Amino acid sequence: MEVAVIKYNAGNVQSVLYAMERLGAQATLTDDWETIQKADKVIFPGQGEASTAMKYLKERKLDQLIRSLKQPFFGICLGLQLLCEHSEEYDTSCLGIFPIQVKKFPPLDKVPHIGWNNLQNLQSPLLKGLDESAYVYYVHSYYATVHPKYTIATSHYINDFSALLQRDNYYAMQAHPEKSSVTGEKILTNFLNL
Amino acid sequence: MLTKRIIPCLDVKEGRTVKGVNFVELRDAGDPVELGKIYADEGADELVFLDITATVEKRKTLVDLVTKVAKTVNIPFTVGGGISSVEDIKALLNAGADKISINSAAVRNPEIVDQMAREFGSQCIVVAIDTKNLDGLDFVHTHGGRKATLLQTQKWANEVTDRGAGEILLTSMDHDGVKNGFANEITGELSSMLSIPVIASGGAGTMQHFKEVFTAGKADAALAASIFHFKEIAIPDLKQYLAEQGINVRR
Repeated sequence: MEVAVIKYNAGNVQSVLYAMERLGAQATLTDDWETIQKADKVIFPGQGEASTAMKYLKERKLDQLIRSLKQPFFGICLGLQLLCEHSEEYDTSCLGIFPIQVKKFPPLDKVPHIGWNNLQNLQSPLLKGLDESAYVYYVHSYYATVHPKYTIATSHYINDFSALLQRDNYYAMQAHPEKSSVTGEKILTNFLNL
Repeated sequence: MLTKRIIPCLDVKEGRTVKGVNFVELRDAGDPVELGKIYADEGADELVFLDITATVEKRKTLVDLVTKVAKTVNIPFTVGGGISSVEDIKALLNAGADKISINSAAVRNPEIVDQMAREFGSQCIVVAIDTKNLDGLDFVHTHGGRKATLLQTQKWANEVTDRGAGEILLTSMDHDGVKNGFANEITGELSSMLSIPVIASGGAGTMQHFKEVFTAGKADAALAASIFHFKEIAIPDLKQYLAEQGINVRR
């Protein structure tokens, strides 16, 4: 199986590649259209800031490519936020796969939300084998609001937010599966098995 | 619900784990990569690697270590110890480190915190503060706690938060290595005052000390070294104890 990890100006992609290696999957970091189109699975990682990332994707027309893909696609962290409609981070128009707003956590507790938090309301084959005792590792200041149709798990920090999303072949996760110990490995394995 | 984090700290020198008592007497405690993986499997929430190598080869050895750790370990890890240039930070993040901790470099040049936040994001910046109480006032110390500065700990913590730090790693030099409990007072003061998480370090001797630093000390995470390395406390036992005491931990 060929896994393409989309190369763009977002940080910490190395950990995703290493996680794939640990799971025995062949993963390539690439921004080449053909390689991405041909891949069995596509991962869209990311850490960083939304407007700079969107600008880079548009300049290279990777936004059009992402919208056109048909194979299982997995957005991680900033990758989830960029798949939404709009982010409050520098008032950024995003890819619009999910008709969802990305908002900044109100300063009612410490922000960013850093650490391990559990998944709730799990409902997807991507989360097979997991329950509400599953903890995942978060580092983020912005969150996707909960959508009745596309949210497949929630977490709670200050308010409920979308922990994972799914629409057709597009999956996304706010926490870092590559850093979430055995729970993260289970989610990545489920994704590879889709 | 967000959990309290338990973080083993591995002091490394030229690729091997060491731990000092009050930062002076060093003992070998094994291979950092293997040890890190054992801790991750046991349920550690994060790892910190503190490099005390002081040679010109430092950067290369540290990048090699970070690469090995990132390949092996499936939880987040922080790297620190004498890191002072943005180029070094970039090399370590690219090798797979999740966060970089800076200490003396930030005291020398506070602007580096702003620069890191702009370039890499606050989420990967841990500002380590070594604090010591002198006649009732808390002062920042550098060089492994040996050198006093005129910076007051509370003021400095506020400043680095404003400059873009993502977390504070607070080590009490009065408590480090003596196993009499964490510095709950100053930890609680900083944790209540700041809008970012505080990791408490220095003084862990018993499981009760962890409970106290999470309750009285209001810490978001607690870091310890020798008690884990010499198996005085096992992480699964510690987490079970904390859960029984009503503290929310990941198990």
